Amino acid sequence: MSVPISITINGKIYESEVDSRLLLVQYLRETLRLTGTHVGCDTSSCGACTIIVDGKAIKSCTMLAAQAHGATIITIEGLANNGALHPLQESFKEEHGLQCGFCTPGMIMTALQLLEDNPQPSEAEIRHGLEGNYCRCTGYHNIVKAIYHASRKMGKEVVHG
Amino acid sequence: MIPSEFEYFRAGSVKEALELLNEKGPDAKILAGGHSLIPAMKLRFNNPGALIDIGGISELNYIREENDVLAIGAATTHADLAASGLLNSSLPMLAETAATIGDIQVRNKGTIGGSLAHADPAADWPAALLAAEAEVIITSRSESRVVAIADFFQGLFTTDLGDAELITEIRVPLPPANTRSTYLKFEQPASRFAIVGCAAMVTRNNGSFGNVRVAFTGVSASPFRDHGIEQALEGQPADGAQLHEACKLAGNGVDVMGDHFASKEYRTHLAVVFAERALKVVTGQG
Ligand SMILES: Cc1cc2nc3c(=O)[nH]c(=O)nc-3n(C[C@H](O)[C@H](O)[C@H](O)COP(=O)(O)OP(=O)(O)OC[C@H]3O[C@@H](n4cnc5c(N)ncnc54)[C@H](O)[C@@H]3O)c2cc1C
Ligand code: FES
Ligand code: FES
Repeated sequence: MSVPISITINGKIYESEVDSRLLLVQYLRETLRLTGTHVGCDTSSCGACTIIVDGKAIKSCTMLAAQAHGATIITIEGLANNGALHPLQESFKEEHGLQCGFCTPGMIMTALQLLEDNPQPSEAEIRHGLEGNYCRCTGYHNIVKAIYHASRKMGKEVVHG
Repeated sequence: MIPSEFEYFRAGSVKEALELLNEKGPDAKILAGGHSLIPAMKLRFNNPGALIDIGGISELNYIREENDVLAIGAATTHADLAASGLLNSSLPMLAETAATIGDIQVRNKGTIGGSLAHADPAADWPAALLAAEAEVIITSRSESRVVAIADFFQGLFTTDLGDAELITEIRVPLPPANTRSTYLKFEQPASRFAIVGCAAMVTRNNGSFGNVRVAFTGVSASPFRDHGIEQALEGQPADGAQLHEACKLAGNGVDVMGDHFASKEYRTHLAVVFAERALKVVTGQG
């Protein structure tokens, strides 16, 4: 069955007719060619497919494109501002928060909500907040450092306007 | 992985959802957060012919207090329940339970009504809601009925819910003053589902404890109240030694599950340990 959807993604409105069973992650990757969002497990476990839907981190492999009708979505492609990296992206680079990079888009999108809810998290709070994201390379240590570093950087930016 | 074909309908109201359920018949399924149903459909364990999406119905999304009862809309997400100021101040066990479910992404999408309807034997809500003596409001096109949570669960993935019925609300009576409750679980480390989860609630009356309620999830095919432990502690001072003895009764008379996560013997052991931990917390010995 074909379902009409209209979704705002990274500030742009997309109108499509999709098969009811199309997953949101397939819509992003295969229909729109926004391939920054990854599919790691396809079983709701690894978090590589995490995106922000109406302000909330969501595993896009476990949501139908049809369910996203009317939503506002941010994917990893929407974070940099005119080529300037988001502080989270910058910190992952500076703190070596990735090796193969497969988990990174999901990690960053989850971290985005984490910092939204708790702008100055402790290391333990960061680890707890990443429960839904697996990394098979780094051992998580530098990912946690990167998010911690970004939170302090972003805090400073707010203070200094 | 791609589910088999289905029709998709976005319901704008409870009325519309019920009409669609009636019209589409037993082959239709409600879609709430989709965090149990979509994984099952992708694996083709479940192949409904039609999905009726209630995720966008705002009249099913609320947490409010009505005359000493907490009323929770069925499509309220675990994340909203975990963050609710009302729950955190009036019955924190419920917010704690919500916060232990899965991970932040799962909590952002999964709903309390979906969890109850799905009746996964390892789900967290059942234990907490059994201890809290919640009621489930079930609505069809012709009527609305109230089912005690203890009568709602009928076995593995089986509930009292009929084909053309919708859970619309969960009602939780606010406990008397001097009542403490908690939910603790031994979790499966990847999914965070409960291998054993135990909810405990007691009311303190001058040095002894009354209104003792202990409920388990994960232990058997259905969640259950452990009346053996409850009766052993009712009206007692519930000090260390007495509590320890009573908790040895955990799971007595119940068909305890064994699987690749935990054998029958190990699960029984965990039930004893988690009953004691939870009861220590609520009796102030934790
Ligand atoms: C990775 C992962 C980890 C998880 N970890 C945990 C955990 O630790 N603890 C835990 O308890 N759960 C866990 N869950 C399950 C999660 O809580 C689900 O969200 C929940 O079980 C189902 O809620 P839902 O809103 O997603 O329901 P859906 O998947 O939309 O629906 C589930 C079933 O309920 C029916 N249904 C839904 N709403 C209603 C309604 N209002 N009336 C009638 N029928 C309805 C549907 O038709 C379907 O049969 C996990 C899930 C995932 C994917
Ligand atoms: S691909 Fe979605 S959680 Fe792994
Ligand atoms: S960097 Fe390779 S999976 Fe995380």
